[in-house]
Amino acid sequence: MTAMPTTPDGTPPGLIVPGYIRDHDTHPPLDHSGYKSTALRHPKRPLTLLPHTLTETTSPVLGQDRLGELDHDLTRQHEEEPQGQRIILHGQVRDSDGTPVPHTLVEIWQANAAGRYRHAADNWPAPLDPHFTGVGRVLTDAQGRYRFVTIRPGAYPWKNHRNAWRPAHIHFSLFGRAFTQRLVTQMYFPDDPLFFQDPMWNSVPDPKARERMLARFDYDTTEPEWALAYRWDIVLRGREQTPFESDEEIMEDDE
Amino acid sequence: MSTYPTTPSQTVGPYLHIGLPWPDGPYAVAEGTPGAVWIRGTVYDGAGEVVTDALIETWQADPEGRFDHPDDPRGAVSRPGFRGFGRCPTDAAGEYGVLTLKPGSVPGPEGVQAPHIDVSVFARGMLNRVVTRVYFPEEEAANAADPVLNGITDPEVRATLVARPAPDGYRFDVRLQGDGETAFFDI
Ligand SMILES: [Fe+3]
Repeated sequence: MTAMPTTPDGTPPGLIVPGYIRDHDTHPPLDHSGYKSTALRHPKRPLTLLPHTLTETTSPVLGQDRLGELDHDLTRQHEEEPQGQRIILHGQVRDSDGTPVPHTLVEIWQANAAGRYRHAADNWPAPLDPHFTGVGRVLTDAQGRYRFVTIRPGAYPWKNHRNAWRPAHIHFSLFGRAFTQRLVTQMYFPDDPLFFQDPMWNSVPDPKARERMLARFDYDTTEPEWALAYRWDIVLRGREQTPFESDEEIMEDDE
Repeated sequence: MSTYPTTPSQTVGPYLHIGLPWPDGPYAVAEGTPGAVWIRGTVYDGAGEVVTDALIETWQADPEGRFDHPDDPRGAVSRPGFRGFGRCPTDAAGEYGVLTLKPGSVPGPEGVQAPHIDVSVFARGMLNRVVTRVYFPEEEAANAADPVLNGITDPEVRATLVARPAPDGYRFDVRLQGDGETAFFDI
C-alpha cells in the first residue's frame, strides 16, 4: 500500500482526478408533468454541483460471481420455453469517446409476451407465463459487447392518463466503470405505435436523444429458423479531457 | 476527438423489484464483521408519504479511504469481504438498510474529504436517479472542513447530509421534496 504524500504541515495535497462529462442535455427532467408520479418525487431545490472526486470516478468492480449460468438466456430459465417471439438482443456499451466499456454488468428486466410482469403489483388481466421470469444479467466482453436471448415483451396499460399504454420496452441497468456512469434506462422497439402518448419516451426533451433509446432490427444477426435479432448500442458518459492531454494531442497532430 | 451522444435515463418503474435487488445487496460486508454498521433510513415524498418502491445504492471507500478500482491513482486496494457497494429496495414502510464499514477519509481536489458515502436513489416517478451523500455525525471537525459540505451554504440544507446515530449504526432519511428536502447533487 502506498502512503499518501503529505505537505509540510501534514495535510495531503489535493488529488485531482479526471472528471466525467456532464450530459444534462440528454436526460429527462425530474419534474415532467406528463408523468404524474414525478409530481411529489422531484426535488424542488436546485441541485448542488458535485466535483468529481475519487468516490465519483470509481465504482464496484463486479465479476462473474454476480451471474447465474443461464442469466443471459431468459428463454432457458424454466423447464419449458416461454411463449412469445424469441429474439437475440445484443449491442455494445461504449463511453462518449467511443471507447468500449469492457467487463461491466448489464442487468435487464421485462414483461412477458402478453405485457405482464412477474411482480405482485402487476395484476392487469393478461396471463402470466409459468416459463418466464423476465430477468437477465451479463457482463460485457473485452470489446464492451453484450448479448441476451429473450422474448419480445408486450405493451401494457397503466393508469397515468386515460387509455395509457406503455410501448414495448426492456428495462436496462448499467454500472460502467465509475459512479458517474451509472445508468438505468429502457430500450424500445422500432416502429412502435404507442410512442405518441407515452410520457416516458416523450420526457426526453431532444427527439434525437429519444431515438437513442431505440433498438434497430438486425437482419444479419437473426438466426435462420430460430430467432429475430435486435441491436442496441448504449453510450455512457465519457471522461473529460484534461488540458494537458489536449496539448499532447495537438503536438502529435503537428508531427 | 469524436463524441458520441449518451443514452438517456428512464425510470426504474414500479416493477424494479424483479430486476434490481440482490439477495446479498444490503450486505456490503457480511453480518458479524467487526466494525460493521447499519445505515438505515426511510424515503419520503413531497407529501410526507413513505416511498415503498424506491431503490437505494451506496458506494464508498473502505475504512482506510481506499477503493478497489483501477482508476484510483494510489492503486487499487481490495479488502476481502468488503464490496464497498450496497443495494437495497425500500420496503412497505419505505425503509432501506445497508450493512457496511464506516469509510475513511478520501483525498479530494482541495485536500481531504470527510468520510462519506455516495448514495443513488431510484424510484418509480423518477426519470433519473438523484444523488446525495451520507456524512457522519461524530466527524464534526472533518465535516466542518469538507469542501463538498461547505459548498452548501444553508446550514439546514447541509445538515440533511449528516446521518444520525442509531443503536446499530446510523439513520439517514431521504426526503425527495418539500420540508427538510435532502440536498441532492448534480453529478
Ligand atoms: Fe416497464
